[in-house]
Amino acid sequence: MDGLQIPLDHVLLLAAALFSCGMMGLMLRRNIIFMLMSLEVMLNSAALAFVAAGAAWGQADGQIIFLLILSVAAAEVAIGLSLVLQIQRRFRTLDMDQANRLQG
Amino acid sequence: MSLVVLILLLLVGGLVAWQAERLDTGLPRWVALASVGAALLYLVTIVARLPAEHFSLVPEAQDGTTWLLHLKLAWIPRFGIALELAMDGLSLLLLALTLLLGLVAVAASWSEIDFKPGLFQANLLWTLAGVCGVFLALDLFLFFLFWEVMLIPMYLLIAIWGHENRAYAAMKFFIFTQASGLLMLLAIVVLAWQGLAQNGSLSFSYFDLLGLPLDGRVAWWTMLGFFLAFTVKLPAFPFHTWLPDAHTQAPTAGSVLLAGILLKTGAYGLLRFCIPLFPEASMHLAPAAMALGLAGIVYGALLAFAQSDFKRLVAYSSVSHMGFILLGLYAWNSLALQGAVMQMVAHGVSTAALFMLAGALQQRLHTRDMTRMGGLWHQAPRMGACAMFFAVASLGLPGLGNFVAEILVLLGLFAVQPWLAAIAALGLITAAIYALWMVQQAFQGTPDEQRRMEDFGVREMATMAAMMLALLWLGLYPQPVLDLAQPVLDSLQGLSGSGL
Amino acid sequence: MASIWLTPFLPLLSAALLLVSMGRMPRSLAALMGAGSVGLAAVCVAVTARSFAGGGDAQELTLWTWMAVGDFVPRIAFYVDGLTLVMMSVITGVGFLIHLYSIEFMWEDESFCRYFAYMNLFVASMLLLVMADNLLLLYMGWEGVGLCSYLLIGFWYRDPANGRAARKAFVVTRVGDAAMALGLLLLFTELGTLEIQPMMAAAREQWPVGATLPVLATALLLGGAVGKSAQLPLHTWLPDAMAGPTPVSALIHAATMVTAGVYLIARTSGLFLLAPATLEAVAWIGLLTLLLAAFTALVQTDIKRILAYSTISQIGYMFLALGVSAFASGIFHLMTHAFFKALLFLAAGAVIHCLHHEHDIFRMGGLRTRLPVVFWSFVIGAAALAALPLTSGFYSKDAILLSAWEMPGIGPWLWAGGLLGALLTGIYSFRLVFVVFFGEARTEPDRRPGWKIALPLAVLCALSVVGGWFALPLGQIFPERGHAGVPHAVEYASMATPLLGLFIAWLLFLRRRIDPARFVASPAGQSLRDFWFRGWRIDSLYDALLVGPFKALTHWWRNEPVDAFYNGLVALSRWGHRGLNALQNGELRWYATGTAFGLLLLLAVMLRNAP
Repeated sequence: MDGLQIPLDHVLLLAAALFSCGMMGLMLRRNIIFMLMSLEVMLNSAALAFVAAGAAWGQADGQIIFLLILSVAAAEVAIGLSLVLQIQRRFRTLDMDQANRLQG
Repeated sequence: MSLVVLILLLLVGGLVAWQAERLDTGLPRWVALASVGAALLYLVTIVARLPAEHFSLVPEAQDGTTWLLHLKLAWIPRFGIALELAMDGLSLLLLALTLLLGLVAVAASWSEIDFKPGLFQANLLWTLAGVCGVFLALDLFLFFLFWEVMLIPMYLLIAIWGHENRAYAAMKFFIFTQASGLLMLLAIVVLAWQGLAQNGSLSFSYFDLLGLPLDGRVAWWTMLGFFLAFTVKLPAFPFHTWLPDAHTQAPTAGSVLLAGILLKTGAYGLLRFCIPLFPEASMHLAPAAMALGLAGIVYGALLAFAQSDFKRLVAYSSVSHMGFILLGLYAWNSLALQGAVMQMVAHGVSTAALFMLAGALQQRLHTRDMTRMGGLWHQAPRMGACAMFFAVASLGLPGLGNFVAEILVLLGLFAVQPWLAAIAALGLITAAIYALWMVQQAFQGTPDEQRRMEDFGVREMATMAAMMLALLWLGLYPQPVLDLAQPVLDSLQGLSGSGL
Repeated sequence: MASIWLTPFLPLLSAALLLVSMGRMPRSLAALMGAGSVGLAAVCVAVTARSFAGGGDAQELTLWTWMAVGDFVPRIAFYVDGLTLVMMSVITGVGFLIHLYSIEFMWEDESFCRYFAYMNLFVASMLLLVMADNLLLLYMGWEGVGLCSYLLIGFWYRDPANGRAARKAFVVTRVGDAAMALGLLLLFTELGTLEIQPMMAAAREQWPVGATLPVLATALLLGGAVGKSAQLPLHTWLPDAMAGPTPVSALIHAATMVTAGVYLIARTSGLFLLAPATLEAVAWIGLLTLLLAAFTALVQTDIKRILAYSTISQIGYMFLALGVSAFASGIFHLMTHAFFKALLFLAAGAVIHCLHHEHDIFRMGGLRTRLPVVFWSFVIGAAALAALPLTSGFYSKDAILLSAWEMPGIGPWLWAGGLLGALLTGIYSFRLVFVVFFGEARTEPDRRPGWKIALPLAVLCALSVVGGWFALPLGQIFPERGHAGVPHAVEYASMATPLLGLFIAWLLFLRRRIDPARFVASPAGQSLRDFWFRGWRIDSLYDALLVGPFKALTHWWRNEPVDAFYNGLVALSRWGHRGLNALQNGELRWYATGTAFGLLLLLAVMLRNAP
């Protein structure tokens, strides 16, 4: 086991990088599909961090949270995609900058 | 328990009136009349059961046992909040005024409201319940609760059943009252914390908070919180600007309640809470408060003269009259305080009548603009006579209640501040100018012969006659009112030492 | 004792019934109640007077305690002594005659009931004023008569000018009333009571003669008296008050209400005697007013305005009498003036009534033969007004002039001024007689006065002649004074001057030896006439100084200047709203970016603060 040990730092760095990628995607892409995918990447990066941390401290909590995040992500994708469909029907576009009617 | 029943009568009456609309649109006003009448009867019976010597007892500051009625039930014991209601002579006086004017308000709205009459009467009754609560609550938290309870239905009355510019007026009324109420809430919390720090237990009870030795700065700022809430409600110059709008736009019953009773809650608050809780800070404030009262007298009278809207004119006259109350309260001696209490009652009656008259005119002529009236005496001599009566009451004609109030305030004030009394006497002149101008514009001058207008009917005339008799009684034999208030005023003066 | 409280109560009850009936009462019943109640009140006064003749002491009657707060315990109580009795007799006696007259005068008016209701209310208030045992109750009567005066001046409400005159009367007198109210406050605060007799006793004990406080208190009371009695500088309302029906002018604006100021000063003479400075001011005010009003009366053309200015002038004489401490003479002149001025007004009313509401004396003329009863009434009234010897006015005015002469220091000046006034009075009163009743007729009367008009005229004629021989029961209240030290020349001058005035009027207006029109035609004469005609332009002065600025100020403020501050707050929050609103642009990516940077910031702070 010990030969395969990956330092926690590395995994967290990877998770942070993934999270940043997702974040950048969320901020920069205008297509809602890509924004959803970026969101998934961010969720998964967080899940990765949980797993790594759970492994590092030898506790099962991390994995439990991972499962939770998986299910949340699934639900989120389901709702998100249905919203995407609605937006596509209403606005005939997937560009989120066009769908800005919810302003103050 | 009887005090709770009194408030419940009105609250439940409101609910019933609201639902009665489903059966018949004419039913809610009967329900309203019945429940206000029942509350009044109930009040009379519980007061009649009290032993007579009770009324001359000076209510003690330490607890409520020497009050006429006192009730304390645990409500939220964890925060020291109790359902504490009590009645002394002052509360009794104002309660009676509230319920009587409640009857007047129901009568005034009898044929005026077509849209959702049930909800209208419900709001009317809930406002009354809130006001009764304010006059009875001795737990500061409960007091604040009732303060809000009376605000929201009144807001709805203006916002839903008001005249052309009702949204603006209702919002203005709400924001002014709510913002100042917030300051009071802050002050109440601070005061309760001070009580906790000094007594070791959290309590919102009036008796526990009276005479709390407070640090000067804390007392000053806390007092200001109360003072602002009450002077906005009173209203005193320069916080009065919500009043002309609200009075003008409110339906007749709303104006009657606003002018007749809601304004008096401000005066009551000052008298019951603000000055006794913070005697020293109030003493520092007294010159400024009296200056505000004076400014209100003169300013209100000047602006009243300039108005062409009947209701607006009456509204500004209220600002002017409330100035006398503020002067009387901060002169803080027996004469002036009696004058202030008297002014609450007399002004309640006279202004309610004037607003009812304005409502009747609006209903008949569809305008409040006096430049479009003139010579109405010809078509409606009864209305003209009523207008004349209440106009001269409002300008302080001796023999009517308002005069007794003003002369007592001036006498009390003169002993403390002769120069202020001299300036306040200017109000006697300016009041004559605007009151007579109002009668002239609306009822005298050349009548429009084309105009068809109904005079007052039996119902309206009966209401008016009752109010006229009340003012005559207050003006010629005010002693019962004075006797009722005297022990309370003695006790309040005792609380703040020798005087402000 | 019952007669005391019944006296004001009967007219009050009648007024209440008439008001409640709201005009539905038949005219004859209203007339019966209106005049009858005052007649019964007069009977009550007579009964009271009889009981006086036996005893002589003042009678007191307390009905109830008005209010009691601490030491302030004013009562609804009456105090009747000789002075009160004189006033009560005048009010109910002359009042009854005027009510009787009104029945015929007002018969065709649509608001007959309302008229009598107001008149009865007036009589009740006036009785309250003179019978009050404390100043607060007196103030109630004082304001009550003011209200009735307002109601009756504006009785014909359809003409806005009448309403204006009524409001002017109320507001101008209210200025004086405010001063008087302050006087009441001062007196109560300093002396601890408002009951007139104990108050004067306390004042005598506490205040030395000439101290500041009595001067201040009496000056404030004088303010009220000046307003009510139409003296300088608050006299401007009375000429306009002629807008009311003529019997009203006779009762309120000649015989009773306007003399309330004189009564007030006489009633509180104990205070005024402590304040010589105020008394001197009273004398000067009286003198100035009497001269100013007399000059104004010379050039007026409206028959009622001439009489109004003559009323102001005659009350000036009463003030002069009070100012020289001749209180009894002042009250004496008050009574005789009530007789002859009521007579003059009623006669003038008869003229107006018979001449289709004509007021301009230059459109009358030659009425001597057409309205003989009115003519003789007018001549007797004018003779008494001018104080021709043997008329009642002569006795009272003579007493005043002689008392003025005796005043140390300024006496001769006051006397000379009063004499000039007497000359002018003679001129303007006979100018009136000559212009209206002699010469050629310019308007034909369309009716003759009936008995209800003729009888009051006849009774008042008799009173105007014999009124000077009445002995008033004032001896116990005011010290008697003889005029032993006055030189005979002074007496003769006082006697001859009115005759000289009559002669000048005869020259100017009947024989027309000197035509006044020629003088008036010259530019100087024109401007002087105009100046006098407009009452020395005092009204214009007040309009420019007070009314104009007041109206301008209120008009400027009418839209609530204080709201500017709150509107500023609203604008500020709107502005803030617009600024923050720009952030809420509905773009998802923008929000996400905001969240990200917010998170970064939070992280940075946490890391910085980490140990």
